[in-house]
Amino acid sequence: MKPAPFQYAAPESVEETVALLHAHGTEGKLLAGGQSLVPLLNMRLARPSVIIDLNRVRTLDYIREENGEIAIGAMTRQRTAERSPVVTRRLPLLADALPLVGHLQIRTRGTVGGNIAHADPSAELPAVLAALEGSVVVRGPGGTRRVAAHAFFVSYLTTALGPDELLLEVRFPAHEHQGSAFLEVARRHGDYALVGVGAVVTMAGNVCQRARLAFTGVGPVPVRIPDAEAVVTGKMVTDGVLAELGKLVTHMIDPTGDIHASAEYRKEVAGVLARRAIRAAAERARMKQMRMR
Amino acid sequence: MTTQYFGQRIKRNEDPRLLTGGGTFVDDVTLPDLLHAAVLRSPHAHARVRRVDTAGAEALPGVVAVYTHGDLPPSLQEPLPRLIPHPALVHHKTQYALARDKVRHVGEPVAFVVAASRYVAEDALDLIEVEYDPLPAVVTLEQAVRPGAPLVHEDAGTNVCAHYTQRVGNVDEALARAAHVFTERFVIDRGTAAPMECRGVVAQWDPRLRQLVVWDSTQAPIPIRNGLARLLGLAQGGVRVIAPDIGGGFGPKIMMFYPEEVLVPYAAMQLSRPVKWIEDRRENFAAMNHEREQIHDAAIAVDRDGRILAVRTAFLYDSGAYIPYGLTVPIVASTTLPGPYKIPNYHCEFRAVFTNKTIVSPYRGAGRPHGVFVMERLMDRVAAELGIDRVELRRRNLIQPHEFPYDVGLIYQDNAPLIYDSGNYPATLEAALQKISYEHWPQERARYRAQHRHVGLGVACYVEGSGIGPYEGCRVTVEPSGKVYAATSVGTQGQGHFTSFAQIIADALTVRVEDVIVITGDSGAFGWGTGTFASRAAVVAGSAAHLAAQAVREKTLLVAATKLEARPDDLVLEHGRVSVRGAPGKSMTLAEVAVAANPLRGTIPKEWEQPGLEASRYFAPPRGTFPNGVHAAIVEVDIETGMLKILRYVVVHDCGRVINPMILDGQIRGGVAQGLGGTFYEKLVYDESGQLLTQTFMDYLLPTTMEVPEIEVDHLETPSPLNPLGVKGAGEAGVIPVPALMAQALDDALSELGIRITEMPLSPNRLLEMIREARAQAPSPHPGPLPQGEG
Ligand SMILES: Cc1cc2nc3c(=O)[nH]c(=O)nc-3n(C[C@H](O)[C@H](O)[C@H](O)COP(=O)(O)OP(=O)(O)OC[C@H]3O[C@@H](n4cnc5c(N)ncnc54)[C@H](O)[C@@H]3O)c2cc1C
Repeated sequence: MKPAPFQYAAPESVEETVALLHAHGTEGKLLAGGQSLVPLLNMRLARPSVIIDLNRVRTLDYIREENGEIAIGAMTRQRTAERSPVVTRRLPLLADALPLVGHLQIRTRGTVGGNIAHADPSAELPAVLAALEGSVVVRGPGGTRRVAAHAFFVSYLTTALGPDELLLEVRFPAHEHQGSAFLEVARRHGDYALVGVGAVVTMAGNVCQRARLAFTGVGPVPVRIPDAEAVVTGKMVTDGVLAELGKLVTHMIDPTGDIHASAEYRKEVAGVLARRAIRAAAERARMKQMRMR
Repeated sequence: MTTQYFGQRIKRNEDPRLLTGGGTFVDDVTLPDLLHAAVLRSPHAHARVRRVDTAGAEALPGVVAVYTHGDLPPSLQEPLPRLIPHPALVHHKTQYALARDKVRHVGEPVAFVVAASRYVAEDALDLIEVEYDPLPAVVTLEQAVRPGAPLVHEDAGTNVCAHYTQRVGNVDEALARAAHVFTERFVIDRGTAAPMECRGVVAQWDPRLRQLVVWDSTQAPIPIRNGLARLLGLAQGGVRVIAPDIGGGFGPKIMMFYPEEVLVPYAAMQLSRPVKWIEDRRENFAAMNHEREQIHDAAIAVDRDGRILAVRTAFLYDSGAYIPYGLTVPIVASTTLPGPYKIPNYHCEFRAVFTNKTIVSPYRGAGRPHGVFVMERLMDRVAAELGIDRVELRRRNLIQPHEFPYDVGLIYQDNAPLIYDSGNYPATLEAALQKISYEHWPQERARYRAQHRHVGLGVACYVEGSGIGPYEGCRVTVEPSGKVYAATSVGTQGQGHFTSFAQIIADALTVRVEDVIVITGDSGAFGWGTGTFASRAAVVAGSAAHLAAQAVREKTLLVAATKLEARPDDLVLEHGRVSVRGAPGKSMTLAEVAVAANPLRGTIPKEWEQPGLEASRYFAPPRGTFPNGVHAAIVEVDIETGMLKILRYVVVHDCGRVINPMILDGQIRGGVAQGLGGTFYEKLVYDESGQLLTQTFMDYLLPTTMEVPEIEVDHLETPSPLNPLGVKGAGEAGVIPVPALMAQALDDALSELGIRITEMPLSPNRLLEMIREARAQAPSPHPGPLPQGEG
């Protein structure tokens, strides 16, 4: 398990990085925390000829509050985000999900940008970004552009990033006034989710005004099911409504199976988790309302 | 009185060294001019090898040598040695160092590259061209025994390499007249030991001394030395095999010869440069031996009160592509099955079967978990069918304390009669029941049910064979410094031998345990032995250490008697000092006695026999000794996700006299963790073409500290009469009853659904599947909970 030969570049600025990406095209590969890329290199499943190491680019490590959004620099370590008071206070869904990403050691190296850019179909953060309808900011030779979550995740391990583009930051809408919950079933603590779901609800009293659900582990990209969200919207969150939600999710979701869980398992458990997540999110929203009163 | 170390919960001698990075694992061995090797492995489960073209690899700068089958000397072109022959093993097929004309499992070595670095060696693997003609693969046991199945070894004419039966009494008659007979099929799938340190070999040839030194992550350094000497045409004294610190063995490292164990030394000799090969994790999954796969068709016959009349099992044992290690695993499974119960009539019969999968040899438990799974499941079946409490049923059938020694009537893996030496099975069971509050379980269970929680309790009993022969030895030396050196050839893989052997020796010589330096697994330090397996080191090597230390003690008194001009009887040895009783001024330290025992000039008295304070002793037990235990657990299932949580886990264990309870607890807990792995997490998955789909730790799931619950351990001590220390083995104990236990607890948790577990390992996916099927048959009275916020 030793990588095939490669060249190594360590740019110190975004501009330099973009120039290197442009020069090497598909032969170049960015290295962030290395927690996904290095295993792929060692198993020779990825054989880039140039590794462009982002770890000396100092300007991509930040967490900023901007116009109701929290912008997290791509090179921010997952562990830094997890410990950030801003994330805890204003991005409770992300705060719920981060401890489920691998183990402490992994999160200490792994970056928020790397997790989003890698776009593993079972990863937590893409589902969080999708549930919150957030976006990413990318930089290429032509300049900077912003891409919404639903347009960014294209397929298994594939995003809208061009070969010469760099992910600069991830923008999560703040949702401290809503209720949210991230639930998942993983074989062991720290494993990728067999099924996971991020739920965000806006409550008015006991009535759910708006609900968003994004699933991970059940499709090539984070999965949203508008029909399922509609089941709860405008209704009280009762056992009956939740049962209907669960059934619909199980019915509509179309995952593939692997050695850890069959498609049937994922369908069924997606329904269960959807129900539990909306219940928990609604409960939290009610608690917030009570505290504000 | 000097402190007695035996029985004390003392810290381990080896830990300061290991915890501060001072260990020497095989990969820590670096030598000047070292070359690095990599192995090209078969990507096919079954294929003819038409052509291997190494020209491209040889041309790569940095590559020193590339070997294929034809490049090896005649002794290494033959199949590698057979380990444990058995009359029933009619097709004792063993693996080649490098594939000859056929590959028979994914991961089988085809070519061997030696290069300036491991990086270059792996680059070179990419450049070797092999032409394969793929053949249909035999993947499952059932497929392998079907008529007309493809043959793993054509010349055998069958995939069944052994068919062996053992009988006690008359099972057919008992089945015919019994009040109740229940039959069932039990399936246990494949797993791997996954030691933290994969395998590794470093070899250095010194042409001047004509000596080969090999560092090998093996559990059997002496047999490796002897075999290498033979295969490479060297004197045994010209080969030194060192098994340094080993990062876990668990059985697969007792296997020999793995191809790399001959290829690395051969290349080092041929190239006259040291060569290192370190197995990486992906290789380890396919190239280190596996275990566990068996299918049992079993039956139990009982009378109206649930007394056992007969047990029968006929099973298939998957040996993988070759069977170098013989029939140990299925024999151990057959002979462990009766457990602590009186079974007047017993019939066990197995067929060992070749498949196109990785070779199988013992892995911690080595058939014991299978035997216990079958027996305990059968007992649970009887309890359920007859409406007898499962514990009461066991009580009725246990062997009683006055019935020892108890002859089971079978022949054990050491070819000796299976005779339980000692034990108190009822006491072990009662202690476990007390610990888990079994008598309150009905109320507790009802409370959980009222909360719609699916919680179940399990209790499982087992007897473990351990401490078998043929022999081990130990040499104890008091050096002029007063420090005591003890050398034994059993290798150590983390079991704490540096401490437990030291405790035994320190007690005999009344020295501090830190002053006993134990050397294990180096043929240069001690050249006789067989290895660390079958939970035998403490019993066999520990007893040898005790005997050697006692001999040194006697010699010490003899020498001191001469020097102090007293009779040996009048001497006392205390705190490492010999003094004359009643004459406090007259004394010598052990160090002074050691110096006196090895004078530079003058004479030594005839009765000293040899100079110095040194003795070697061997211990050869007549047969194995049998520890036993009972595990109990409380388990909760989320019936909507199939996830489970262990709420309590208790162990009561009797392995005779306990040398160091802390080390023993660690052995038990580690074993339970591995058992839980084999119950709910670890499973090697092959697809229908024989591809191994689980070759990383993302796919093969080991339980972590997050999954393993707190394990409460208690020990009873029923000494073994078969060795001077009264000890029994403990290495495998923890793992043995876990699948049986968890199955029973799950049955209890899911009893309303009528689910019965007959297979291992499970997964949330499999559990949910069973729950779904059960619900389709009989809709559950309550839909299950809607608990909140887990994740
Ligand atoms: C044992 C283990 C368990 C794990 N468990 C989980 C889990 O449960 N859930 C989970 O979500 N993840 C898990 N991971 C993955 C972990 O979160 C990774 O860190 C993450 O997916 C990738 O982040 P990274 O910073 O390590 O990126 P790298 O591995 O360095 O890069 C990953 C990919 O993203 C690209 N990339 C990185 N940064 C950028 C950028 N700024 N712009 C453009 N492309 C970029 C790289 O070129 C590469 O293709 C686990 C990893 C391990 C080793």
